[in-house]
Amino acid sequence: MTMDPNVFATVASFLKAQSGLALTPDKAYLLNGRLQPVAEQHGCKSVAELVAKLNGAAPAQLKQDVVEAMTTNETSFFRDTTPFEILKTHVLSQLLERRKVRRSLRILCAAASSGQEPYSLAMLMAENAARLAGWKTQILAVDLDTKILKRAEAGIYTQFEVQRGLPVQMLMKYFEQCPGGWKAKPEIRSMVQFQRCNLLEPFSHLGEFDVIFCRNVLIYFDTPTKRHVLDRLANQLAPDGFLFLGGAETVLDITTSFAPSAGHRGLYLRTEALRDRKAG
Amino acid sequence: MGSSTAALTCLVVDDSRVIRTLARKMLVGLGLTTSEAENGAVAYEMCLASRPDLILLDWNMPVLDGLSFLKKIRATDLDRQPKILFCTTESEFSKITEALAAGADEYIMKPFDEEILASKLHMVGAL
Ligand SMILES: C[S@@+](CC[C@H](N)C(=O)[O-])C[C@H]1O[C@@H](n2cnc3c(N)ncnc32)[C@H](O)[C@@H]1O
Repeated sequence: MTMDPNVFATVASFLKAQSGLALTPDKAYLLNGRLQPVAEQHGCKSVAELVAKLNGAAPAQLKQDVVEAMTTNETSFFRDTTPFEILKTHVLSQLLERRKVRRSLRILCAAASSGQEPYSLAMLMAENAARLAGWKTQILAVDLDTKILKRAEAGIYTQFEVQRGLPVQMLMKYFEQCPGGWKAKPEIRSMVQFQRCNLLEPFSHLGEFDVIFCRNVLIYFDTPTKRHVLDRLANQLAPDGFLFLGGAETVLDITTSFAPSAGHRGLYLRTEALRDRKAG
Repeated sequence: MGSSTAALTCLVVDDSRVIRTLARKMLVGLGLTTSEAENGAVAYEMCLASRPDLILLDWNMPVLDGLSFLKKIRATDLDRQPKILFCTTESEFSKITEALAAGADEYIMKPFDEEILASKLHMVGAL
């Protein structure tokens, strides 16, 4: 089915404003398939009728449902492996030294999707419990999508999901079998707090973090939106903190708030901290 | 493992020809060399003769089942033990625990796809 260019333009500008998603014309084919169920659910006869309702006066639930239908929630445990290796070795040893008086760590997982990423972080912390004995660690997981957050909070995964990226020894240690799959144990679930948050909106109330994971979400945004999000993430990261981006993401030519950490793929530091270290 | 230039060898042990063919195609696609056995007894002989780097191992098979094969090979004095990945419809917590206790390195619950296979191979250092 071909898409009316006006319908496409309306949805594209709606999504860009609501979630930052830059919908390119080559993705137009996704619209019908994803929005048809939402149209039916809201009693609309067609996607075009649904889209016509997306103005300021539309009910919040309708808008949220359209946004959520268009997000990509693809994720897996310990996705790409390397960032978690870098966190365990380089980052954790630095932070254990730098925070040894305070003895607490705060980690933000921005765009947590169905929870595999924050639970991977929780398992990593649990595996390093001996090094972290007496420390307080908090993992805050946020996402725009309320339906996916509910799934994440339940912590239940299918047999397929627990076999992507998760070593079987960890499955045995941190999950229990349940109807429909495998459920993260309470000790892991209690390490993660979930909260709805749109990265386009103010999020300074979340406080300051030592580590921020913001992976595989900026790829969906255009450059000004990427810059807007990255610059505000810099404000929430401790000056000597650590930012992890996804494999296809970078700060180069987007912002000067962060610079790549030499020799550590996907890891970025605040430029302010780099400058201070050079000067000092 | 993984860094040598010669392709790693994987012995696929399953009494189903369909599964063996499927696994072989996926493994070859991932750059490995494969051989096949239809039960644990045949696999044991092949292991002694050709020393594969990895074994993809079904549980329920005639003659010698996967768990008995695993125990037998782990008790055999080899200069280098293969990495062993169970690949079975057995998905009970207790079964997996039993397999790990007997010396399995990884565990794949059927049905599986290429992404899962690649992920598990990665975990045992074969990719
Ligand atoms: C592809 S997933 C990435 C999951 C995980 N970080 C990973 O790397 O595997 C992208 C997630 O970003 C979320 N997202 C998209 N736009 C967002 C926004 N403006 N604010 C917060 N989350 C957003 C989506 O709901 C989705 O769950």
